[in-house]
Formats: sequence, structure tokens, C-alpha cells
Amino acid sequence: MTSISENLRAAQGPRVDLEAGGAGAAASVPPRRRRPKGIGWRMRLEIVALAGPALIVFLVFVILPVLLAAYYGFFSWAGYGPATDFVGLRNYITILQDSAFQEALKHNVIIAVLSLVIQGPLAIGLALLLNRKMRGQSALRVLIFVPYVISEVVVGLGWSLMLQSGGAVNGLLEKIGLGSLQQDWLSDPNIAIWSLLLIITWKYIGFAVILFLAGLQGIPEELSEAASIDGASYWQVQRTIVLPLLGPTIRIWAFLSIIGSFQLFDLVYIIWGQYVASTAGTSTMATYMVANGRNAGSYGYGNAVAVVMFVISLVIALLYQRFLLRRDTDGAISGSKI
Amino acid sequence: MSTATIERRRKRHYSTPVIYFVALVLVALMLVPVAYIILGGFRSNSEITVDPAGLPSVWQVGNYFEVLASGVFWREVANSTIAAVVTTFFVVALGLMASYVLAKYSFRGRGLMYSVFAAGLMFPMAVAITPLYILVRGLGLMNTLGGIIVPQVAFALPVTIIILVPFLQAIPRELQEAAAIDGASRIGFFWRMVIPLSKPGVITVGILAFIASWNSYILPLFILNSEGSYTLPLGVQAFASQYSVDTAKVLAFTSLSMIPALVFFSLFERRIVGGLTGAVKG
Repeated sequence: MTSISENLRAAQGPRVDLEAGGAGAAASVPPRRRRPKGIGWRMRLEIVALAGPALIVFLVFVILPVLLAAYYGFFSWAGYGPATDFVGLRNYITILQDSAFQEALKHNVIIAVLSLVIQGPLAIGLALLLNRKMRGQSALRVLIFVPYVISEVVVGLGWSLMLQSGGAVNGLLEKIGLGSLQQDWLSDPNIAIWSLLLIITWKYIGFAVILFLAGLQGIPEELSEAASIDGASYWQVQRTIVLPLLGPTIRIWAFLSIIGSFQLFDLVYIIWGQYVASTAGTSTMATYMVANGRNAGSYGYGNAVAVVMFVISLVIALLYQRFLLRRDTDGAISGSKI
Repeated sequence: MSTATIERRRKRHYSTPVIYFVALVLVALMLVPVAYIILGGFRSNSEITVDPAGLPSVWQVGNYFEVLASGVFWREVANSTIAAVVTTFFVVALGLMASYVLAKYSFRGRGLMYSVFAAGLMFPMAVAITPLYILVRGLGLMNTLGGIIVPQVAFALPVTIIILVPFLQAIPRELQEAAAIDGASRIGFFWRMVIPLSKPGVITVGILAFIASWNSYILPLFILNSEGSYTLPLGVQAFASQYSVDTAKVLAFTSLSMIPALVFFSLFERRIVGGLTGAVKG
């Protein structure tokens, strides 16, 4: 659920990453030279005591699993006892040749692209709207975030009851005389993925709006004021001043949205389950992984799928960082962090 | 030119009702599905079947009372609460300590440490769940709340650190020097100054961690197999399949399960936006 939610401002990381690799690494040297006595044992002890616990928990439960997956991915393993049946790359070949996986990957790509196209403009518009001084503004802000705070299970349950063939949406259409528009919103393969996108938009738009509002707060009001004194209209101010300054935030959000789309699991698994998802055309790599790994008792295979997902995410993250986020490190807005 | 300006002014003036209208439509779209769940809990099953999109004709509070009277519901509330509170505590404690080091100490490998944490954001739990399950099972933590709390803390750390580091960096060096002159050690400074001053950031990360834990699905799905250890999301799902014919009761159960996160969020919403500002602007 938190898939998207949890990795908020991720993009800050890659950004700093670049700095650490480039200018940052060079910049971190001089301070040490300026202090010839070096860092004392006491300071070392403090660093270890303060950062150690977080670092250990993080390495053991986030980094180690990825390494474990890489190891078990080479085995045919039912999940119990030591893995002994080494199969080399066979799992990976099977995955890449499996049409069900290719379908799932295709759905991930569709969801990633359409999420950006649908949510981006909508969320920017809403953030601009909620950033205006108006009555009931704080209530509006809370309300728009409500879906984001509700768990995926609740969202999935509510929406599937509404969208199922005898559900509230079809009932409403019947009532207002549009009975001919009734659809099998969840099981028709031509429609199901659009239903999924609708639910995703509803659920996660609040998160995008939160981020954009936070970004808007960082834009000095004097700029807009000065422009409007010079005669710029509201829309001119937004287009030429606010939006460009919001650029870094938008790029960060887009990054998180793409990563989230490629890891999408909860909503699909809850609404469609492991079997229906593939026939309704909404399966994702993660539901494929769970259905063919854990639920099929093939842990070696499941781990191999995890590795494929990991590599795809990593490639996307690196490309994104290379071509889009780097602009932010060059720009005037980013104060260097570390 | 001047007429154009006036025209623009007028346009902006007239746009206000339009904006309120848009806002209203928006609120309706956001709330209708939630209202459907809550109101559905007050209806009877036959009513829901016959007229799925209607309002309750007679308000049936029985569904809600039945759920509130069941031990299963409260046990799951307790499990979810324990998991969320303990997760939040450790996320904030470990995150604050590590962020302090990253923000205020200069040492070789600091940039690397930050990058390692930040890289964690690229990999939400779904990608690591299969090996994570094997790891947690190997540690003997299956069917325990500890088995979900520790991984949740680990996966929440990247966000926490990225939000907190700018807050701690913003604490002026002079303050630290002044404290040092007054005889405070760096650790003393951490306790007396850093923690109080970073409160807005702490509140933000705390709420995010709490809500993430409260709603967590994929991890409990893998780790918690016995009903006694279920948290609310698993409980809602189990309840829904067990009482699949009793839609109204399922909706009542579902409504009640989302209340705590909603209350928590609405109390602190303003602070979340404030707390994120530092992290987003960079």
C-alpha cells in the first residue's frame, strides 16, 4: 500500500548521489584538511552509536533481502531446507519467455505512463487551487487526502463492491436512465485496466497534491506579487513563474510515481486476486511474482522475479536520475545537501 | 492596456464562484466512495442488493454494534495499534539519530551513507517481499508483530532520513557553539536542542510511519498467517471473505477499521505539508 507512499521524496537521494560522486566527494575532503587533528575517537564513537542502529536495521532488512533474492534466484527451491537444486539462469529464461510475465510488464508500463499523464496535470491544478487563499481551504486539504490515508484493503473492498456488475455504479447508471452504459467494470479486459487507473488516481492523487503543496510553499510569494503588480494575470504568473519553480518537485513526484507503478501490488491483488488479474488484464509484475512464487511454492522462481523487478526499477531510476534529476543539481534551486 | 488590465481583474474576480464549484465537485468525488462504505454499513443486505446506489431507508446501527461487540475486531485493533506505535517510535528514534550524524558530523563516507539510505527509496517492499519473508522466517519471527515491525522500521528509514536531514541542517551552527560554550556536549546538545527544534519534521515522519504501518498489507500477508496475529487490513479481508454474503456487516467492519488513521491524519495534516517543505525544496 505504502508502496508509493513510503518512498516519498526518493529522488532527493539520487540527486545527492550525483553530488557525492562528483562535486560532493571533492567538497567533503577540504573540511577534513582544515581540521588537521582529524576526528577523535570520541566523535567516532558517537557516530557509530548514533548511526549504527539505523544502518544495521536498514542493511539487514532492505539490502540483504535483495542479495538473498539474487542468490536464491539461481535455484529451484520450494522454500524449505537448504537450496541445493542449482538451475543457473533457467528461472530467468522462463520468466522472460513467459507470456504472462510479458503481459504483466506491459500492464506496469501502461499504468506508469497513464498515471503520469492523468495524475500530473490534475494534481498540479488541484495544488494551485488549494494554494489560493479561500474559505474552507484547510478542510478541503484534509478531504482531498482522505483516500490516501485509507488502506488499500479498504479502498479495494469499497471500489470492488461499487464496480462489480451488480454494484453501486451500475445501479446509479440504471437509476438516472443510463442503463445502457452499464459495464462489467472489473472483469471486462477492455475496461478493467481503466477501472484500475481510476482507482489509482483516486487513491494517490492526494499524495501528489501534498508534495506539490509543499513545493509551492517553498516558492517565495514576492515573485508572484511582483509579477502581478507588473500586470501579469493569474495564469501568466502560474505558467511562467510558479510552474518552472515547481519543476524539481514535479520531477521528484514523477520519479516516485513511476517506481510505484512498477511495484504495484496491493490494489490489484486485493480487487482481482491472483487468478482474475491475468484474465482481466490487470496483472502486474508483483502479482505475477506472488502468484508464481509464494502461492505456487516456487520460492526460487519468486526470488528470480524479484530480481527482475529490482533490475528494471534500478535501470529506470538510473536513467531518470541521469537525464532528468540531474538538471536539478545544476539548477539554482537545489542547495547542496551533503 | 488599462482596459485590458481591468478586464483581467474582473475575470479573476468572477472566477471565484467557479473555483468553489470545482472544489465542491472535487470533494464529492473524493468522498463518495468513502461515504458509500460508511453508509452501506447502516443499510440492510436486501436493500444493498435491490438498490446498490441508494441511501439507507432505515438506519441500521446493528451492523456497527455487532462489529464493536466482537472480540476479533478489538484484537485486530490492538495488533494494528501495537505494530503502528512501536514502528513509529523506532522509526523516529533511529531516524533522528542517523539524521543527526548525517547533518552535523563531517567524516569520510558520510555522502556514501546518505546515498545508501536514499537508494532504499527506489525499492518499496513489494520487490523485497519474497526474500524478506525467508529472512523473517529464518529469524523465527513468523506470526509475531516483531516480524512486521522490524522490516517496517527498516523500510521507513529512507523517507525519514531524507525528511529529517534538512531540518537538522537548518539548526544554526552558532547555537551549537553557544551550547558548547555553556558546557553542553554534542550529545547533550542533541537531547536539549536538536530534538525540540526538529519537532515539525519529527511529527511529519511520525505520522507517515504510523499511517504506513496501519495500512500495511503485503508484509502482514506474508508474515502473519495465524488469525490471532492479524492486523486490521488482513482482518478486513478475512472478514470480507468469511461474511461475503453479509455485505452490510463487511462495510461496517471496513468503516470502523479506517477511523484511527483518518483521525490521526486530520489532526496533523497541516504539519505534514509544513514538514515536507524542507525535503521537497532541497
